[in-house]
Amino acid sequence: MTKKIFSIAVFSALSLLPLAAFAQKNSCLDCHSGLEAELKAPAMSFAQDIHQQFGLTCKDCHGGNPAQASEDKAKDKTFKGAPKRTQIPEFCASCHSDAAYMRTFNPRLRVDQFSQYETSKHGQLLKKGDAKVAVCTDCHGVHGIQTAKFPKSATFPWNIPQTCGRCHADADYMKPYGISTDQLTKYKDSVHAHALFEKKDMSAPTCNSCHGNHGAFPPEVKSIGSVCRQCHPSTGELFAKSPHKKAFDDMGQSECEACHGNHKIERPTTAMLGTTDKAVCVQCHDKGSKGYQAAGELKTLLDGFDARIQKEGATLVLAEKKGVEVSEPAYRLQEVNTVLVSAKNLVHGLALDEIRKKLAEGEQTLADVGKASAAALDEAKFRRKGLIIATFFLALFGLALFLKIRSMRKPA
Amino acid sequence: MKKIGQNLFTYVDERFKLQGLFDFAKHKKVPEHEDSFWYYFGGIALFLSGIQVATGIMLLLYYTPSIEAAHESIQFIMSQVKFGWLIRSVHSWTANILIGILFVHMFSTFFLKAYRKPRELTWITGFFLLILFMAFGFSGYLLPWNELSYFATRVGTDIAGSLPFIGKWLKGFILGGTSVSQATLSRFFWFHVALLPLAAFTVIVIHVLLVQILGMSVPLRLKDKKVKEISFFPDFIYKDALGWTLILVLVGVVCVFLPWEVGKKADPFAATPLGIKPEWYFTFMFTTLKLIPSHVLFIEGEQLAILAFMAGGIFWMLAPFLDRKAARERPSPVFTWIGIIVLLYIVVMTVVTYTVPKL
Repeated sequence: MTKKIFSIAVFSALSLLPLAAFAQKNSCLDCHSGLEAELKAPAMSFAQDIHQQFGLTCKDCHGGNPAQASEDKAKDKTFKGAPKRTQIPEFCASCHSDAAYMRTFNPRLRVDQFSQYETSKHGQLLKKGDAKVAVCTDCHGVHGIQTAKFPKSATFPWNIPQTCGRCHADADYMKPYGISTDQLTKYKDSVHAHALFEKKDMSAPTCNSCHGNHGAFPPEVKSIGSVCRQCHPSTGELFAKSPHKKAFDDMGQSECEACHGNHKIERPTTAMLGTTDKAVCVQCHDKGSKGYQAAGELKTLLDGFDARIQKEGATLVLAEKKGVEVSEPAYRLQEVNTVLVSAKNLVHGLALDEIRKKLAEGEQTLADVGKASAAALDEAKFRRKGLIIATFFLALFGLALFLKIRSMRKPA
Repeated sequence: MKKIGQNLFTYVDERFKLQGLFDFAKHKKVPEHEDSFWYYFGGIALFLSGIQVATGIMLLLYYTPSIEAAHESIQFIMSQVKFGWLIRSVHSWTANILIGILFVHMFSTFFLKAYRKPRELTWITGFFLLILFMAFGFSGYLLPWNELSYFATRVGTDIAGSLPFIGKWLKGFILGGTSVSQATLSRFFWFHVALLPLAAFTVIVIHVLLVQILGMSVPLRLKDKKVKEISFFPDFIYKDALGWTLILVLVGVVCVFLPWEVGKKADPFAATPLGIKPEWYFTFMFTTLKLIPSHVLFIEGEQLAILAFMAGGIFWMLAPFLDRKAARERPSPVFTWIGIIVLLYIVVMTVVTYTVPKL
């Protein structure tokens, strides 16, 4: 009980901490708190703002003298008011590009956001006078700015697709730029979104992972491979050594995107391989060509191995349902599956011999799992047979007892 | 052959004086009437206790009481040891069936008022046996060191910790520290294989001795009637053996079709899984603690519930002394109603635990 009271007291004190900053005279907040709608908003949301937590107040951005009670005196000659939308990046950069100043708050914080922004598509258009493009406040907010580590922040990984989508999924807003607005919808169906939203994997890529954040720009055909390599380096290396590399370069094709797509990157399966209509190989390789033949072989090889894994997995599940402990072979089957995943990755290198070699590594384990799963099913059968035999003898014993008891009831 | 047997018996009898025991068993009579069915639950409980000892000793051959190896050793028993799956499943299933049988035995004794003078001590030792076997269950549940048992133990010891005055000390004593750890597993193992068996064996000996000395109680309504009697040996033992055989078949069927699971290894850093609950025989208390308001008048709800259970337990244990009418061989409907209410409460709360989602 004492603990609870203490916890409530500490929690209450911590909740009130931000208000402590307002304990000093601040006429900006005094007046704005009494105003309506958007003029009241800054006073209400600033308590949660990261700047406020570092001890900054209204005058640090807007100038003026909050110590003065009257509006005239508070808005002295240092008063800057609210910047125009087109001035916002420079307005924020006046502090955020000043390394010496930023060091006093957070020495690890980068100070190149503005220079990056100037190279971004947003920055370039802003320079041309387009006030519709994203500026700092569109992504970070205005007076309730939060660090990107805060889960409610618009720049927290979970929230980034929605933050970008506010403009990029709005068909009317994007009409003048002539670009598609289906990126958000497509991304939500991707394997990356699945990892981010379903598995809560914070390292899963969102918009800024591929396009950059402050320097956001659509990657060019040549740089797509480099973007994907940030997370898939071994795949990139294999591709670079493969015959596809030169062919793609000669055709001016983007590396990964040509087969996997961009925003809607689905979970890769062997359905992408082979010679069926769904296979990506047939986009370039005509029937009868060497590549066409190799595509078919690849698919047969990988699907054959996968089918055997699935078969053993199903047998183990069945044995487990019948009550046999199979965690050891199930674990070993996972090892075989890891071999298959590695072999699938080797597809990017297009070396069939390497793939065969890799699959051979899992052969022995797969054979062992096969024996173990068959033994598990035999064990289940043995148990049931044993039960029938034991029950038969117990029933005989029970019947003998029953007859004996009945005979005892009869008068001598 | 018969002569060899006789000679052997004579040799043993000359040294251990067994004939007296056989004569006692032969001459001992057991009443037989329409309620004598309930007598057999005591024998079944004793039989299951024997299975517990035998399978428990066998499990000790392979079980390792350390947090690094406990789960692995159970997995080894279940998958590699010849008939290990059977021995462990029999041990776990019979433990649960045994507690169920003990509840049946206790309530049948209560409703037949078999606790009345001079069998008060038989009732009290029986009550202690139920508590001891529940402690067996609680300590044994943690030993596989799997996710469910780990978190159920955490919840269980938290409840013990909320007891007024002694809660903090008691929790620390049970856990051997502030959280479920190696010290807890060592303690629970020690309780399970050393202290509790010694205590249970002692109390079982007293309980069985009392039953043998005082004989079976005849229900109140038959006290003035002439009741048929059968000999304890072999007639009653034959019937007992039939009950044991049926139970053995039941245990065999559940062990083959539903072997006791190993579960995921406990991860102390993982979040508590949803819907964690203790073994079924604790759930009526567990659910009460969940449903009771946080405060009842001036006292914390949880503490009130625990105190009520403790008071209820003491009342239940002292029933032979409080039921004055039964002690005078007269019907005592008030105690019958108390028994019905207690039984209904336990059944309803247990059913609620498993049927109400997100409790």
